[in-house]
Amino acid sequence: MKKEPLSDRRKFILNMARGAGLATIGGFVWSAFIGEATASSLILRPPGAINENDFLKTCIKCGLCVEACPYDTLLLAKPGDNKPLGTPYFVARDIPCYMCPDIPCVPVCPTGALDESSVTTDGVLDINVADMGLAVIDDNSCIAFWGIQCDACYRACPLLGEAITIEYTKNERTGKHAFMKPVVVPDICTGCGMCEQACVTEKPAIFILPREVAEGRAGDYYIKGWDKEDEKRLENATEIKTKTRLSERSAMDSLNDGLEDLY
Amino acid sequence: MATLWNNYRYTILRRVTQIGLLVLYFGANAWGWTILMGNLSSSLFLDFVPMSDPYAAMQMVAAGAALAVDLLIGVAVVTIFYMIIGGRAFCSWVCPINMITDAANWLRRVLEIDRTGVKKQPASRNMRYWVLALSLIISFIMGITAFEFISPISMVHRGIIFGLGFGWAAMLTIFLFDLFVLKNGWCGHICPLGGFYSLLGKFSLIRVHHLEENCTLCMKCKVVCPEVQVLHMIGKESLPVLSGECTNCARCIEVCDDDALEFSIRKLAQNKQETASS
Repeated sequence: MKKEPLSDRRKFILNMARGAGLATIGGFVWSAFIGEATASSLILRPPGAINENDFLKTCIKCGLCVEACPYDTLLLAKPGDNKPLGTPYFVARDIPCYMCPDIPCVPVCPTGALDESSVTTDGVLDINVADMGLAVIDDNSCIAFWGIQCDACYRACPLLGEAITIEYTKNERTGKHAFMKPVVVPDICTGCGMCEQACVTEKPAIFILPREVAEGRAGDYYIKGWDKEDEKRLENATEIKTKTRLSERSAMDSLNDGLEDLY
Repeated sequence: MATLWNNYRYTILRRVTQIGLLVLYFGANAWGWTILMGNLSSSLFLDFVPMSDPYAAMQMVAAGAALAVDLLIGVAVVTIFYMIIGGRAFCSWVCPINMITDAANWLRRVLEIDRTGVKKQPASRNMRYWVLALSLIISFIMGITAFEFISPISMVHRGIIFGLGFGWAAMLTIFLFDLFVLKNGWCGHICPLGGFYSLLGKFSLIRVHHLEENCTLCMKCKVVCPEVQVLHMIGKESLPVLSGECTNCARCIEVCDDDALEFSIRKLAQNKQETASS
C-alpha cells in the first residue's frame, strides 16, 4: 500500500522537533564541556581581577593585559593548558607579578574584568592593595622551620617586612640557635608570587594560592567578643537549632541524670 | 599574468587583508606595535579606537555580565561598520578560519569529492541560527559566555598571536570536517558567528550585483560560491545578491568571464533598476 505524502504542516512540525531534539543533545554536550572546562579554581589572575565567576563571564579574552605586561608574566590559556580557555593567568614560580606601580595591565581592560577601582587608593593606582592570591607556607618543607637559616622569601617580598615577617623562636634541639620562621600576613600579602619564585627548595615551600582556596571562613557563629567591630557580624547570624535525643530534655537534666542519689 | 590577476584579484586582496591583520596583531604582542592590539574578540586600533566582537558582547549580556563603556563603544564601531557597509565581510576578509575552509573547499574540488555520489547536503544551513540561539541560552543558564570558550575562531586567532598550544588540532578538525564530512561545513552550516553576521549584515550597502543580460550560464560562480543558495538569481534575473549569508568574498565576480557579476552599492543598484524599468 502506498502511503500518502506527509502534509506540509506535519513536515514543518517534524522538522522543528528534529531541530529541537538536536539542539537539546548539542546543548547538553556543550554545557557539560563548558562546565568542566571552566572549573579550574587553582588559577592566578592578573591584579584587579573581579571574582572568578564574574571574571569568567566578563573577560572577553582579548589579551590586551597580556600585551601590556612588561615582564611577560601574564599568559593567555591555550588549548592544552587545562585552564579556562583564552583567559589571562600567571605562574608565579616561572614569572611572578613584579607589581608595577602604574599597573599597565589593568586600565587597558575593555570589559572591566580587571577592575581599576579595586587597585586604586585615594584616586591613585596602588598595586599594594592588589589581591591576586595569598602566599601559603608548608612549614614541613620550609628549611627555615628546620633551623637552617634562609630568608629568601622575606627578602624577595616587595612589601618587605610587612607581608612576610620573621618570627624568632628558640631552637630546643641545639639549645643555642634560633629559628627564623617566615610568617605571611594575610591582610597585606598581594599574592604577587615573588616569594614563590625566590624560594630555594626544589618545589617551593611558599606558594601562592587563590585567596578563596587558601583561606577558611569562621562564619557568623564565632565572634571575637573582645573586638567591638567584630561583634557587629553577629547581626548576620541566624539561629540554628539542633535536635538530638538529648536535647529533648533540659540541659540540667541531661547533665545530672542518674546522679540524684548523690544529693 | 593579467588573467591570473583578473581571476584571483579579490582572493589576493582578501589574503593580503587577512594575513596583514594577523601580522599587525602578532606584532603588537611580539614587538609592541600599537597599530592593532588585542585580538578579534576585542582590540584597540592606533591605541585609541576600541573594537569589540558584538556577538561576544551579546553572550556577556545573556550571561549577566555588566558591560563596560569601552566595550560598548567597541561593539558600536564594529556593529555599525558591518551593518551599514561590509555586510558579512568579516567571514571572508578578516576571519582566519576562512583560509582553512577555503583550502578545504579548494581541495574538495581538486579531488572531485562531490562526484563520489553523495550529492545532497545532509545538513541544513539554518543550523547556524540554531547554534546561535543555543549559545545564548547556554550563556544565560550557565552564566558564562558559551561560544567564547569553544570558539575555534578565537582559539586559532589567539593561538597565532599568543601561542597556539593544541589549537592546531582545532584547525585540522575544521579542515578535515569541511574536506570530508560536509561541504562548507563550518563556515556555511555551523558557525554561529557567521550566522550572527548574516543577520547583522542583511541590509548593508555593499552588494554583489548580477547582470542577467551578460550571463552565459557557465555556472562557474555557483561552483566557487561558499554560500551557493544566495546566487539563486543567476541567469534568471538582474538582481543584487540580497541574502545576508553572502560573505562578499567576490569569488563569483573574479571567476565570471562575462562581466555578469560586479560589486555595487545597494542604493545605486536599486536606483539604476528603477530608471531602467521606467
